[in-house]
Amino acid sequence: MIRFFDDIRVGDRVELGTYLFTADDIKTFARQFDPQAFHVDEEEGLRSHFGGLVASGWHTASIWMRKLVDHRRREAEAIRSRGERMPQVGPSPGFRNLRWYKPVFAGDTVSYAVEVIEMRISQSRPDRGIVNMFGTGNNQHGVRVISFETATFVERRNPESQ
Amino acid sequence: MAKLYFEDFQPGQTAEYGPRLVTREEIIAFAAQYDPQPMHLDEAAGQKSLLGGLGASGWHCCGILMRMICDSFMLNAASMGAGGVEEVKWLRPLRPGDCLRMRYTVLDVRASSSRPEMGIVRMRYEMTNARGECVMTMVTPALLRRRDAASALA
Repeated sequence: MIRFFDDIRVGDRVELGTYLFTADDIKTFARQFDPQAFHVDEEEGLRSHFGGLVASGWHTASIWMRKLVDHRRREAEAIRSRGERMPQVGPSPGFRNLRWYKPVFAGDTVSYAVEVIEMRISQSRPDRGIVNMFGTGNNQHGVRVISFETATFVERRNPESQ
Repeated sequence: MAKLYFEDFQPGQTAEYGPRLVTREEIIAFAAQYDPQPMHLDEAAGQKSLLGGLGASGWHCCGILMRMICDSFMLNAASMGAGGVEEVKWLRPLRPGDCLRMRYTVLDVRASSSRPEMGIVRMRYEMTNARGECVMTMVTPALLRRRDAASALA
């Protein structure tokens, strides 16, 4: 979604692709940022109420961001190849209503997506719009594991127009 | 230290943890792996962005805060994870060299209606830099095992 604010519409949706959470990957992230026993040790995971090694919810969320940035990079490449002006996108003021519905176990593959749910012009920066997005991830069984509402600043093509 | 259970948290209770120095190298390393936007990777690109200089990914801020939560009390608590986060605000850029402090306040506590062995502790976290500016706030319900449930199982 590298587009000027003016070219984005509520309902725009992008499938961001999938990510396989391996045990090594889960433990590497968790050792650094969330070293609770059920995120860093298979045996402890089995003994916990989760019943197995599970990814930190922050890991599941961070991979959503990576998939979004990868998608934006592909779009940016296309914009560059057409010789068009590149809109400034980001940063984000935060997120809300993040839900971790089900654990992400070692070996799970999560499919990520993003959808535009609301748009408004920034009060503090009239040259920018704020795009509210709904981020999601479903596991290989089609069961939702994560969702949240986030926002990002996006450059306007014509800040004079309302 | 005695393990912390649901019953050990009371509304209004606060505590602080820190400091935690954040380096340029770790900001760039996180961004390269999880959020490779130029403003998180490169000083000049950061200058051109709304961040006004190199700033950490917001998801990196979340990771750093989670680690501070773990080190301050969660690794010593009967944690059952979390079902989500009500709200995170990224209020100011997290810069290389920032020295962070974390403060938590217990907002409210309640027993789980569906799982008698579990209680829910709603927490508000604030992460501030050395200038006392708030970098990030988070409100989240932590799921903790109840002490009476633990003793019933023993």
